[in-house]
Amino acid sequence: MTSASLHISQARLPRWAPLLVGVMALALAGLPALLSGWGVVTWLFAALVVFLIAMPVWSRLVEGRRSATDRFVTALVWAAFAVAVSPLVWLLWVVISNGLPAINAAFLSQSMLNVIGDEQGGIYHALIGTLLITVAAAVISVPIGILTAVYLVEYGTRSRVARVITFLVDVMTGIPSIVAGLFALALLVLLFGPAFRAGIGGSIALSLLMIPTVVRSSEEMMRLVPDDLREASYALGVPKWRTITRVVLPTALSGIITGVVLAVSRVIGETAPLLVVAGATDGVNTNLFDGRMTTLPVFIFSQYSTSTPVGYERAWGGALVLIALVMVLNLVARIIGRIFAPAKGH
Amino acid sequence: MTATASPERTENPTTPRPSRRGDRVFAGVVRLAALTILVALVAVFVFLAVEGWVGLTSDAATYAPFTSFASYMEPLIVSTLLASAIALIVSVPFAIAVALFISHYAPRRLAAVLAYLVDLLAAVPSVVFGLWGGRYLAAYLQPAHVWLHEHFGFLPFFGPGPPSPNGRSLFTAGIVLAIMILPIMTAISREIFLQTPRLHQEAALALGATRWEMIRYAVFPYARSGMVSGIMLGLGRALGETMAVAMVLATTPATTLNVIGTASPATIAANIALNYKEATPERQSLLIATGLVLFVITFVVNFAARWVAGRSARRLNR
Repeated sequence: MTSASLHISQARLPRWAPLLVGVMALALAGLPALLSGWGVVTWLFAALVVFLIAMPVWSRLVEGRRSATDRFVTALVWAAFAVAVSPLVWLLWVVISNGLPAINAAFLSQSMLNVIGDEQGGIYHALIGTLLITVAAAVISVPIGILTAVYLVEYGTRSRVARVITFLVDVMTGIPSIVAGLFALALLVLLFGPAFRAGIGGSIALSLLMIPTVVRSSEEMMRLVPDDLREASYALGVPKWRTITRVVLPTALSGIITGVVLAVSRVIGETAPLLVVAGATDGVNTNLFDGRMTTLPVFIFSQYSTSTPVGYERAWGGALVLIALVMVLNLVARIIGRIFAPAKGH
Repeated sequence: MTATASPERTENPTTPRPSRRGDRVFAGVVRLAALTILVALVAVFVFLAVEGWVGLTSDAATYAPFTSFASYMEPLIVSTLLASAIALIVSVPFAIAVALFISHYAPRRLAAVLAYLVDLLAAVPSVVFGLWGGRYLAAYLQPAHVWLHEHFGFLPFFGPGPPSPNGRSLFTAGIVLAIMILPIMTAISREIFLQTPRLHQEAALALGATRWEMIRYAVFPYARSGMVSGIMLGLGRALGETMAVAMVLATTPATTLNVIGTASPATIAANIALNYKEATPERQSLLIATGLVLFVITFVVNFAARWVAGRSARRLNR
């Protein structure tokens, strides 16, 4: 204490200390793991516990109490991240390994019409249903979403109405999907009677879920458009609506498209609302306005509900196709955003 | 809408004439779109109320095996709250830690990629979570059920009945919900952590604070309301999530606090998804009525969350 307190800098552990302790913790936990045949997860967990004890103790001896706490929290934060990501890795692995054997040409090109027991069935009808319902949802929600964003950015700045709408859009993102489905169901029931089911109901429910996402992303993108562009356009005598449609929207277009694609990838996996309002069917239905319509998520759920091995296999196959669809859409959105990003500096 | 343009032209020659009508029409269309959102929200409430009203006061047979709307709702509400509570208890510490990891701990270059990884978790459709939860996670967590029952069986949540033999309990459903709400809570906390003024953080470090002390005394106080609003948004998601619970949980109508028992009542949302098929008109309005209850609950939670967030944003802007 006496000599140490004269130094301005405190004793520090070397940079490689956490690595050393980590390796030693793995080895230390590996001994009982090998002897009593623990699984990988138990072994890693034991190693983590050893690390969480050993690292702060060593730090405490060399660096003092405050640094020991700091190192303990650092270890906890890293471990929390690893644990939080592990379900994703596990889930993706499970979906791929179970889904791949189920997928073949027939699986993608046949419907479930008249498929009995273990016969080869397919998801063609579900793919058609997903495509139609999602496109219809986009057709409803994209114009409303973008125009609302135009109102919020170009017309309603600082007005009370705009603030209320912004707030409600935020609240709307939290509507449970099943409530959106029930809303569409209530609407259809009120208009066409209690037994009516149609794909368009699903589209209405999905558009309710899509609109807030589209509004928020479009709004954000349009706010990035520099005011210089608008003013230059006004200075040339271009009216406001031409300025918006010819200058503001094209400049923000890539961001808006990214937002729309992300919103689509979000709703394409929705199950609950479609289950309630669009129902399920085994055959291909291309009429949005009449009759039940199966989408991919609903197909997965109904196959899972059969509780048979072949049903599970079909469900996994469907899940792999669905995840692939969502990931591709996500990737496309990001690539569009990256490639066509407007130059920020000017 | 059609303004008489000609008399004005002489009075004010500088105004660009031909644009007037286009501008007005466009402004009208844009206003209409914005109002559609207001109308849509009101419509959700009105339609659910109109269709669900019958479900509130049908004859006793509709509520079988119960006799009134209140007794029908009670087990559903208890289960919904229990599942959401489990989800929050498990998820909140992880969400904050992961957000901190991305904002303050991860190597700068990796942070964006790691954040994307967490966002991917949000992209996985709920039905896939349900499939995985029902087929894999439930079996994996079953030993944990036995352990909880043996050591904490005296608590009403883990006893007195036997633990679930296959793990398809409210506990497992809560864990799946925890994973599903993690991304939204992480995203909001991360954003607010990143907004903490650099000067506050560097001042703390300059005073000799360790990284943890800096976070505790500079970042957390600044981010508190943002974290609260993130947690409430997560709660809103957990309350309304349907498929994961419907696919994981083994259900029974009887109210129970035991979250690891062989069966529990479904949550409000899962109950709708599981029973929509038996659509006699009366049952259908009953389900719509339960949906109305769910809508009101989640609306209040989301409203409160946004209000907390908005209030803190206003305070910080001042």
